[in-house]
Amino acid sequence: MGAMREAVNRVRAFFGKQQRDAELEAELAAHLELAVEENLRQGMTPEEARHQALIRFGGVQQAREQQRAARGLIQLDILLQDFKYAFRTLGRDPGFTVVAVLILALGIGANIAVFSVVNTILLRPLPFPNAQQLVWIAPPPSKCGMSCATYSTDAYDTFRVQSRSYQDVTGYYAFSSPDNLSLSRGGAPIPATGIAVIANFFQVLGVQPAMGRLFTADDGRDGAAPVIVLTDAWWRRQFAADPDIVGKAFDIGGRQTTVIGVLPASFDFGAVFSPGAKIDALTPLDLYGPPRNEGNIITFIGRLKPGISLPQARDDAAAAAPHMCWNNNMARSCGAYKDRVVPVPLKDYVSGRLRRSLVVLWAAVATILLIACVNLSNLLLARAAARGKEFALRGALGASRMRIVGQLLAESLVLSGAGALLGLSFAWVLVSWFAHQGSVALPLLSSLRIDGAALGWTVLIAIFAALFFGLVPGLRMAGGNLQESLKDSGPGSGQGRKHERIRSVLVVSEVALACVLLVGAGLLLHSFLKVLDVDLGFEPTRAAAVKVDYDDGGNTPGAVKADVIARRTAIFQQILARVGSIPGVEAVGMSDFLPLGQNRSWGTPFPKGVAAPRNLPAGPLVYVVTPGYMRAMGSRVHGRDFTWDDGPNSQSVVMISASYARFLAGFTHWPNNDAVGQLIGGGRNDMLVVGVVDDVHEESVEGEGGWQIYYPATQAYPEGEQLVVRSKLAPSALANSVLLALRELNPKQPAAEFRPIQSLVDRATSPRRFFMLLVAAFAALGLLLASLGIYGVISYSVTQRTQEIGIRMALGATQSQVQRNVIGRALRLVCIGIVAGSIASLLVARGIAALLFATAPTDLLTFAGTILLLGAVAFLAGYLPARRASRINPMVALRSN
Amino acid sequence: MAETKLDLLQGTLDIMVLQTLATMGDLHGYGIARRIELVSGDSILLNQGTIYASLVRLQQRGWISAAWGTSDNNRKAKYYSITKGGRKQLTQDTAYWRRLSSVVDRVLAMTAEGEF
Repeated sequence: MGAMREAVNRVRAFFGKQQRDAELEAELAAHLELAVEENLRQGMTPEEARHQALIRFGGVQQAREQQRAARGLIQLDILLQDFKYAFRTLGRDPGFTVVAVLILALGIGANIAVFSVVNTILLRPLPFPNAQQLVWIAPPPSKCGMSCATYSTDAYDTFRVQSRSYQDVTGYYAFSSPDNLSLSRGGAPIPATGIAVIANFFQVLGVQPAMGRLFTADDGRDGAAPVIVLTDAWWRRQFAADPDIVGKAFDIGGRQTTVIGVLPASFDFGAVFSPGAKIDALTPLDLYGPPRNEGNIITFIGRLKPGISLPQARDDAAAAAPHMCWNNNMARSCGAYKDRVVPVPLKDYVSGRLRRSLVVLWAAVATILLIACVNLSNLLLARAAARGKEFALRGALGASRMRIVGQLLAESLVLSGAGALLGLSFAWVLVSWFAHQGSVALPLLSSLRIDGAALGWTVLIAIFAALFFGLVPGLRMAGGNLQESLKDSGPGSGQGRKHERIRSVLVVSEVALACVLLVGAGLLLHSFLKVLDVDLGFEPTRAAAVKVDYDDGGNTPGAVKADVIARRTAIFQQILARVGSIPGVEAVGMSDFLPLGQNRSWGTPFPKGVAAPRNLPAGPLVYVVTPGYMRAMGSRVHGRDFTWDDGPNSQSVVMISASYARFLAGFTHWPNNDAVGQLIGGGRNDMLVVGVVDDVHEESVEGEGGWQIYYPATQAYPEGEQLVVRSKLAPSALANSVLLALRELNPKQPAAEFRPIQSLVDRATSPRRFFMLLVAAFAALGLLLASLGIYGVISYSVTQRTQEIGIRMALGATQSQVQRNVIGRALRLVCIGIVAGSIASLLVARGIAALLFATAPTDLLTFAGTILLLGAVAFLAGYLPARRASRINPMVALRSN
Repeated sequence: MAETKLDLLQGTLDIMVLQTLATMGDLHGYGIARRIELVSGDSILLNQGTIYASLVRLQQRGWISAAWGTSDNNRKAKYYSITKGGRKQLTQDTAYWRRLSSVVDRVLAMTAEGEF
């Protein structure tokens, strides 16, 4: 009972200090009065009585302290005292405090921001319930794009029945192109991007609607009434967040489509499955309608049963794969998916590629924090020299070493706490900015925010930083020899020298760390420039694309192919002629898919008369294009382009990419290994190769260019066309006239976005640009901090050596000699730092080699540039104090201390 | 031996304060200190000031209570009195102290025999 009550009373006493102190004072006063009275009664003189009373009482102050220790929380009192004192001390030196807090804020802020990115993309589970059960099921990565990462409807049905590890399997249609929906609400149709998903998509992911309902199996039946689910963003933007939207029907693509639900804001299809893309709505995929025979169209996403491990799921999938057929009616196609059904955790699919980049980014900010801490250690040491006597005095007056270290740590904690608060606001700005970089193709970026984990991380690194930068100077100061400190009044004596040595070591390590950062950033920058330099096989500048709406009657039942193609040819000719005549337009053409976007493959046509070997690599990516497309894209054609004469009744023609042509030439004897004029077999009929086109980077800018095959839109079925316009004018200047022309020909043409082809490339390179920019910014920050460090140390040593310099000058040293001496010292420090940093950089560069593109980890240019830059900065940082040193007036210097 | 005063063992002041209050009734801090000095025949090294740490400790444990009052010669002072819990504690502490001292006595006696 006593202990509990005592604890409560101690806490109470802690908060009621003033009243309790006043009471104690009264009690002590009464005590002394009583004692004096008694002494007087015993016949002492008043002075004697008072004197004796005080002797018997003992130390009054001690009694007070003892009583306070017995009644309250003395440790906490000391702590508060330390903090109060720390605030006062720091407040007295605002210059130092501001610089220190700013340095820390930059270091900590960068760390919080990057932690938030890492946490969002890498650490946090995907925003679905029990996300660890979700797997992405696809073949091992290959060159042939989405067609090799998807499955047919028959394969889906078989897999769903044959596999036993899954609660359920779902998927989505992988070939939706941007602006594939057009919403008509009177006026010009509004373009929107929709993704068709298998009806159980949301059940498998565990997504609940914010309003209305999501899809049921009925919605996916062939011939079901058209329904649509809106994303939160589109519902707000397009429908003004209409609370009664559910049940309303709109004309979407000419069909009255009912809105059945609105998704929660937390569900962002693009952020998870298609980074950088903006998805407006989801529609149910009709598995058994027209897409059934289109081949590989569905991606697989599965939810594992509880307790099923990934290896189990993998074995299960491998066992099911041989039963899956591309088309159940084609016995030959059964087993096509053998070894091509591999589940990986969905999380790995979404963000696995980025792990390395993020780890590098994380390491970069950790380095920044390290540099910031070293810098601060340095600043504190400079202060230590100035405050050495204060602490020696406190030690002499009885302060224990622990107490002094505690005091210094309190100061460090106050500094890092303030730095963390300011850093948090920096990070908040940075993170909000990141989150709105919709065009950066990084997954989950839109859900980026500073959350509890980030706050926890902030506290952690703030404490770490405080211990790191506060402990070394603290121990040094508290551990210093009292006498030495008190005596150390002149320059050149022991303690001062020792401080300077530590500070030099700190500066050297700072320079070394900055060197590593700079080399890393330099290598990434060099890689990025190389990426921009890649010959893409097309000319992205000055070309733009817009999605064209047309109606060739191809979707109507019973349409005759020849009629459809004739209609389409007429429409396309009209469009191209009309747009081509707009002033400033140099070339126009159409293709159903654009590079660096979606793609598909239709098998591997082989030279006529040559039996295709088994185990063929996946086939070339297919593009259905009009005459003029190659010129509009700026791709070079050897041979000839398609013409309007390549009609449905004439010889089937194709163009193929150079590397595919080379591959085919290896199996046959073509004169000069030239594919132009040769026949290749596409199964039903032979196709004449009329042109060989430069390889186009289809999948990514950085990867190798894949194989492509081009079919004329006058002979094959396109998937909806993109009009590509090349002109001398900026795309924005042309957008209106092109759209006007399209609308003239077809009033249903939506106001689709006129997208520069360059933006496709930019989007594809955006993750690299994002990481490169961040690392470069951190390197710049590191350089700045390091130069501050150099400046601080040199400048301080000039101040310390004012007298010495004065004597030298009095003895005849010239200004330039003094300058050389000071700058030489700065350069010496930097040189050691650069040597150490370069060695470390070599190791680090090897570690990030996988992130580099066409750049060796030992890239001479980068290393030389880094060394030059550091040298130049060091020179500057040394020059300013050197100039000050050379202006020292010997007479003044000698007179002053 | 007689010249040097006894140092107080840790915690013994608390038990003396409790005993003083139990036998003498309400007293102020000075009174308690004087009482202990008198009873001990001035053989305890007691800085009177240290009594206040003991008093606040006992009070916070609920073993004594305090109230301001007036002394015989009309001086305001804080008077302490032992509580029921305090008496219980005193009984326990006294028993404990007796046991401890008898054990120490015995051990010391044994050592003395062994030496001869």
